Amino acid sequence: MIFVTVGTQGHFDRLVRTVDEWAGMRGKPDVFAQIGPSDYRYENISAERFIDPGEFRRRVESASLVIAHAGMGSIITALELGKRILVMPRRASLGEHRNDHQVATATRFSEQGRIEVAFDEQELSLKLDQLEVSCDQDRLDPQASSHLIGAIRTFIETGHVRLDGDAL
Amino acid sequence: MLQSNGLQNDQIRALATHSARPKVLAVASGGGHWVQLMRIRHAFEGCEVSYVTVHDSYRAQVPGHNFYVVNDANRWSKIALMKTAARLSSVVWRERPDIVVSTGAAPGYLALRLGRLLGARTVWLDSIANVEQLSMSGAWVGHSADLWLTQWPHLARPEGPHYAGSVL
Repeated sequence: MIFVTVGTQGHFDRLVRTVDEWAGMRGKPDVFAQIGPSDYRYENISAERFIDPGEFRRRVESASLVIAHAGMGSIITALELGKRILVMPRRASLGEHRNDHQVATATRFSEQGRIEVAFDEQELSLKLDQLEVSCDQDRLDPQASSHLIGAIRTFIETGHVRLDGDAL
Repeated sequence: MLQSNGLQNDQIRALATHSARPKVLAVASGGGHWVQLMRIRHAFEGCEVSYVTVHDSYRAQVPGHNFYVVNDANRWSKIALMKTAARLSSVVWRERPDIVVSTGAAPGYLALRLGRLLGARTVWLDSIANVEQLSMSGAWVGHSADLWLTQWPHLARPEGPHYAGSVL
């Protein structure tokens, strides 16, 4: 199964429509999309506006590929479950978000090689063809870096923490 | 030697003030903010933790903890912000946390402000999604937070935010 998700806020029809067209062209029957508050009727994929967090995790777990907006909820969940994720960032100029921070997030994470990024619809179809045969990757640790956990825990316990070489 | 004496005194004072375990109020709005909060919760081990978020569906992820839902808000809707603030005031008043921790966004900003009024220590962990600049809420609340963290080294500044690792 391919799992498409646009997160809990606005719809992102530009992303889902591209996947819908690609699924039709390539004859892919097994695509499920969480589409947010959208009224668009998709022809080749099944869609729901919202799903609860438990189902979200199950959908990611059983997916061969996750396609998403560049939101951290989607990216972190896919990495935690060891799934390949292809993201397309929302753009402020198209009314898809208040600002272009998703473009920056996507750029930085793809430079680190953690995720695949398509910056427009054309690139998305292209990468879908390339990634379609993909295998799972290593799972992310279920926790944040021990350095970060340690810093917050020390602060809770003592009211102090030593960072950047300076005591706070 | 001096340093370790200082820590001991702090710990003794903390024990004298709060005979019970430290009370942590952990606040995040939906999606990526909540996922990031879940990844640092290991830092709250040994504390009495209450969670505040914007979707009731997250409750199942933190069984055994007090759990509060507030409406989501952003700086574009003053009425929603006031509602969130009113609800958070009653949560903070009831919980009387020793520490308020947030990964954003608007409800976390408000919770830090309200917690501080009642004498709580505050921790702001800026979202990893903010790779080019800090979030607006973070920039507003960061200077008054006792521990102000960014997840990107290039955004760290000597006067804060500080970098101590990331949720990944």
